[in-house]
Amino acid sequence: MSIQVRNIVKRFGGFSALGDVTLDFPSGELVALLGPSGCGKTTLLRIIAGLESADSGQVLLEGEDASARHVRERQVGFVFQHYALFRHMTVFDNVAFGLRMKSRAQRPPEPEIRAKVQRLLELVQLDWLSGRFPSQLSGGQRQRIALARALAVEPRVLLLDEPFGALDAKVRKELRRWLRRLHDELHITSIFVTHDQEEALEVADRVVLMNRGRVEQVGAPEEVYRQPATPFVYSFLGAVNLFHGRVDGEGVRVGDDLLPHPAQEGGLSEGARVMAFARPYELDIVPCEGPGGITATVSRALSFGVTTRIELEGRDGQHFEVELTRERAAALGLAVGQAVRLAPSNLRVFEYEEGAGI
Amino acid sequence: MASPRQIDTDPAARFETRSATREAPWVKWTLIVLALSFFALFLLMPLAAVFAEALRKGWSTYFAALAEPDALAAIRLTLIAAGIAVPLNLVFGVAAAWAIARFEFRGKHFLITLIDLPFSVSPVVAGLVFVLMFGAHGWFGPWLSEHDIKIIFAVPGIVLATVFVTFPFVARELIPLMQAQGKEEEEAAIVLGANGWRTFWHVTLPNIRWGLLYGIILCNARAMGEFGAVSVVSGHIRGETNTMPLQVEILYNEYQFAAAFAVASLLALLALATLGIKAWVERHAGRAHRTAQDETPS
Repeated sequence: MSIQVRNIVKRFGGFSALGDVTLDFPSGELVALLGPSGCGKTTLLRIIAGLESADSGQVLLEGEDASARHVRERQVGFVFQHYALFRHMTVFDNVAFGLRMKSRAQRPPEPEIRAKVQRLLELVQLDWLSGRFPSQLSGGQRQRIALARALAVEPRVLLLDEPFGALDAKVRKELRRWLRRLHDELHITSIFVTHDQEEALEVADRVVLMNRGRVEQVGAPEEVYRQPATPFVYSFLGAVNLFHGRVDGEGVRVGDDLLPHPAQEGGLSEGARVMAFARPYELDIVPCEGPGGITATVSRALSFGVTTRIELEGRDGQHFEVELTRERAAALGLAVGQAVRLAPSNLRVFEYEEGAGI
Repeated sequence: MASPRQIDTDPAARFETRSATREAPWVKWTLIVLALSFFALFLLMPLAAVFAEALRKGWSTYFAALAEPDALAAIRLTLIAAGIAVPLNLVFGVAAAWAIARFEFRGKHFLITLIDLPFSVSPVVAGLVFVLMFGAHGWFGPWLSEHDIKIIFAVPGIVLATVFVTFPFVARELIPLMQAQGKEEEEAAIVLGANGWRTFWHVTLPNIRWGLLYGIILCNARAMGEFGAVSVVSGHIRGETNTMPLQVEILYNEYQFAAAFAVASLLALLALATLGIKAWVERHAGRAHRTAQDETPS
């Protein structure tokens, strides 16, 4: 089922949680709502579920306005960050709950319920736990049971609120892959909220980046990572080096240094305040004497992967990070405290924005 | 699963077994003797005295005193007052706790303070309030006497006073419990299609049942033992408006010590039974609480 939200506005007292959000969630996709805490992503999810009401705007489920529909009638499955399993019921009764709560006319007979719960427990690979209580399960198991419980009522939409937020890193990675596989099997329209960019990029078909109650960018994981539309998206997705400066002729002037960049072609006028971004792997280290680039001193070199990560300090104490191949780092023969220049191979320049959320 | 750790987490045991933190024997024994003698003097002795005095003239006198029509009437009235006050406060308490723990609204803090009011005013004042409202010269007095309704110096007054003084017990017990549990489970139930009543019955109530039971026990103990407020509104009409605590006082003032202590011993027995049930509930509630804590990751 497709979901659309139109001009959703939500305020909590004086705080604007969502300011005019309009989004399309096409049928069958797994979409991530990604953003820092307090950006309104959970509020949006709860409004779609009907657990929260918007101050204005519409939620359309399959093109039909659901604003007046009660949560019970929206046929959504909701998975909570802290599982929200019924602690006094066994795993089996938890999963059966939604089916048993149906009105007499719609409720399947008990043997059918049993068979269905059994099938769902097999789907989440936990059928051997059906007699246990939630307190006897691990976090990862609890969340899988919570998912089985949500799926039992055959929801048209699956909404997951930071589903892996309370789990440790290893289990989280495992469950991520598992959720992706499950979605590929079931093809149910799903939205999940996360503040973990790696999780969003790895699992979702599409990523919606949110900041301060607004949508910053929507796109495929590759797209939002390669072509960030705003300074916020650039700095939120992955490590980044930021330079503050002004457009100056053929480049960007940062302090006394000049970074070559065709900034004026991008419609920026001479002298405009700008923010320039480069990923760690888009920076190269060159000897101090050369022209161009930013002066910095090496403060640490970490090499425990295929690459070497070098941390540097700029003139005013700013922190920079450069990723080089091991060979390149060895050839440079860097020493701590050595003065060098940073030359970007690629630079993204944005006009300066007050409080871009960075 | 936490059993090997449990020995460790009991700080008293840990302090006692390690020589580095162990006190000298004389300190230990002085403190123990002091505490126990205080306990014996102020708690055990009065309790024992009640039963000793009640049975001083033998079992037959004891039972004869309890079989007195006035004593029986007092017992009956106490049971009626508690039988009405406890269910009423059960409903009010759950409703108030539900409203406070689950919803944000204007005047919430005022409501919480209001619930505590019966704890903070003297029971005698509480009784007087009802006399001022429903007494012969009270606000509604003339209207009530015109319609031949008796509240003060009658059973309705006693029930009203009892409901008032016992109001906070259930609500006070449930509010922190329900606030700690949060509303996620209820939201989950609603998303799964359960209606309000079934959510309450299948999700809310099982989660608060031990706290609720605990509140009911305390509420009942107070309802049966209440003296001050009831004394003001009762009028002390023998066989009609005397509850057990009032009956004890009357008998004592008339120097019928054996009879007074016999009725008092019933109240003491009630207290002992309450304590027993309370300990049992606390054990179960503690277990339920620990499971709940396991459930919520910190």
